Amino acid sequence: MYIKVNRDLCSGCEACLQSCPYDAIVMKDGKAEITELCQLCRACLSVCPEGAISEVREASDAKETAQGTGVWVFAEQREGKIAGVSLELLGAGRGLAQKLGTELSAVLFGGTAGDAQELIFWGAEKVFHCDDPLLKTFNDEPYAALLAKLVVEQKPEIVLTGATPIGRSFFPRVAAKLRAGLTADCTSLEIDAETGNLLQIRPAFGGNIMATIFCPHARPQMATVRPRVMKKGEYDASRKGEIVRVSAKGITSRTKVVETVKEVAETAINLQDANIIVAGGRGMGGEKGFQLLHELAEVLGASVAASRAAVDEGWIPYRHQVGQTGKTVGPKLYIACGISGAVQHLVGMQSSDIIIAINKNPEAPIFSVANFGIVGDVHEIVPLLTKKIKDLKG
Amino acid sequence: MRIVVCIKQVPDSAEVRINPETNTLIRDGVPTIINPYDVHALEAGLQIKEKTGGKVTVLTMGPPQAETALREALAMGADEAVLLTDRAFAGSDTWATAYTLSKAIELIGADVILCGKQAIDGDTAQVGPEMAEFMDIPHISYIRKIVDITPDRMVVQRLMDDGFDQIESTLPVLLTVVKELNVPRMPSLKGKMAAKKAEIRKMSAADIKAAEGDLGLKGSPTQVKNIFAPEVKKDRKMLEGTAEEKIDMLVKELVELKCI
Ligand SMILES: Cc1cc2nc3c(=O)[nH]c(=O)nc-3n(C[C@H](O)[C@H](O)[C@H](O)COP(=O)(O)OP(=O)(O)OC[C@H]3O[C@@H](n4cnc5c(N)ncnc54)[C@H](O)[C@@H]3O)c2cc1C
Ligand SMILES: Nc1ncnc2c1ncn2[C@@H]1O[C@H](COP(=O)(O)O)[C@@H](O)[C@H]1O
Repeated sequence: MYIKVNRDLCSGCEACLQSCPYDAIVMKDGKAEITELCQLCRACLSVCPEGAISEVREASDAKETAQGTGVWVFAEQREGKIAGVSLELLGAGRGLAQKLGTELSAVLFGGTAGDAQELIFWGAEKVFHCDDPLLKTFNDEPYAALLAKLVVEQKPEIVLTGATPIGRSFFPRVAAKLRAGLTADCTSLEIDAETGNLLQIRPAFGGNIMATIFCPHARPQMATVRPRVMKKGEYDASRKGEIVRVSAKGITSRTKVVETVKEVAETAINLQDANIIVAGGRGMGGEKGFQLLHELAEVLGASVAASRAAVDEGWIPYRHQVGQTGKTVGPKLYIACGISGAVQHLVGMQSSDIIIAINKNPEAPIFSVANFGIVGDVHEIVPLLTKKIKDLKG
Repeated sequence: MRIVVCIKQVPDSAEVRINPETNTLIRDGVPTIINPYDVHALEAGLQIKEKTGGKVTVLTMGPPQAETALREALAMGADEAVLLTDRAFAGSDTWATAYTLSKAIELIGADVILCGKQAIDGDTAQVGPEMAEFMDIPHISYIRKIVDITPDRMVVQRLMDDGFDQIESTLPVLLTVVKELNVPRMPSLKGKMAAKKAEIRKMSAADIKAAEGDLGLKGSPTQVKNIFAPEVKKDRKMLEGTAEEKIDMLVKELVELKCI
């Protein structure tokens, strides 16, 4: 495929020049021309008012579509605990499987037969389970090798996992081995009604842009999906399903996990599972400002989070960072204090049920996603709020 | 020790925006930079070399302009630079990018390959691990500390959500690094002078003996269907009055919503 400008239609308006993220369009004799810098991103196609830019398909573009049926969810466990995102994916995967008229399966490495059974209650019709000690703790090579082997044998058409440190580290190896397309950190998945292709929607350019990605030919279609953006399926302890035991025979590893060390700050205990989050940004002014947030968090039973600016200032460790390069959270209540609401922060918290913004600048973009906004100084508002809640709770 | 650092030239994505009315990118004067994580990867490579001896090669796949990024890396202290550039590479997704880079690394030769955790344009974090698979070597992601390195073995710490894992690996190995790993040095004046004159080795599709069907758009299983602006909309209520009044209103709302 390549992108072409129809010189007869081009009016020389230069709209396409602006649209190109790669500087690949130049003006020549008053007409637009695509240069070899073109990355085929298609950004210019929709901007041309004359419809002069089009994509030209070549015979070599078409490849035989590999076969495959079934939707798979890789269920991630760490120390025997199934990740929340895996259950969310069983919910989403069930919807995809229904649209495609196919089966939903889970894959579990490590964990117990009881854990495999739980996955069935959460919606899987079949669970491929390997309890070989080699796979008890996460390790890229054996995880990738065994999952790839299973995919080759069973030929699912879609394979999903959470966009967690684990999923984002070993899924690329599986995709490379299988010559499969892999879309990172998706926030939405749909089935294209016409082609049955999986449409994978994800943020790019630091959250400033959303892109829809698809795999026209290759199978399986693989994606990692951001935690807390999909809804868990319905838990039904009467659901029946099949557990297929898988052997890890012949699987080896050149890396060894020698030690796993936990470093969890008191109030940061799993932001992703928190019901209430109190978050602070540069507007908190320093560690002292964050102390106000810790006090508010204490009376609310909340966890403390931060914007990247606050983390970069060193007021709070990286582990508390929410946003594009931090965590994605979805609590019932998110209180944003002294945070401007840059899109990189918003992508990490806008699925929260209720958002409260406290900021002294009435124009701050954080107010555009807030349910309740207070224009004011955090150093006045936050302690007052802490006091009122304390009084209320007695 | 032969060290290869993969760097990517990216638009400074904090400044790339989309016009929600026309769904097009606004990139007026957006500067290009070396992907910030890759600068940490380069620093790690230079530190390994200082400890064990050897050579640091920086490698990038990109348009001819990517040479600027390579010269910046040379100014920081890299020994040599390789630019993979060919019309045939256009439209590469992570699969094709990783395949192409791995072919070049096999030619260059490497004991340790360093990548950033992710590139800030695509934010995929996939190219590193995919390359390792193509080269059939182990990889470890999110390196926050290099504990020990010998000619055939390495011990590192991998940052996880709830702490870190200490991991031992054989060499050759590919590492992707996070910013906590180090503080990158500034280029020296002498380095800058040398970088200006340094020769940059160029490689094309033919040089790396890659199969045409595995390169660029043709070799890419994924394709971009469209791009659009993220939507941010919600009902909101601005609370008015004195600080006391605003807080009383807020607390009342929260109690009604059963948030507290
Ligand atoms: C690739 C990339 C990834 C990124 N990832 C993330 C990410 O994961 N998470 C993230 O948060 N950011 C991220 N950022 C950074 C992001 O663009 C913003 O720079 C950052 O979120 C700003 O943080 P802030 O709102 O705390 O600071 P600022 O933008 O400086 O805002 C401070 C706010 O506090 C208000 N304020 C000041 N004083 C007071 C006061 N006394 N009382 C009340 N209000 C006050 C101000 O009006 C202002 O709105 C990323 C950027 C890039 C380029
Ligand atoms: N075109 C490229 N040239 C060189 N290195 C790259 C390229 N693309 C990605 N990388 C490396 O792979 C890492 C992850 O990139 P990505 O998978 O695109 O997020 C980057 O930090 C770089 O180290």
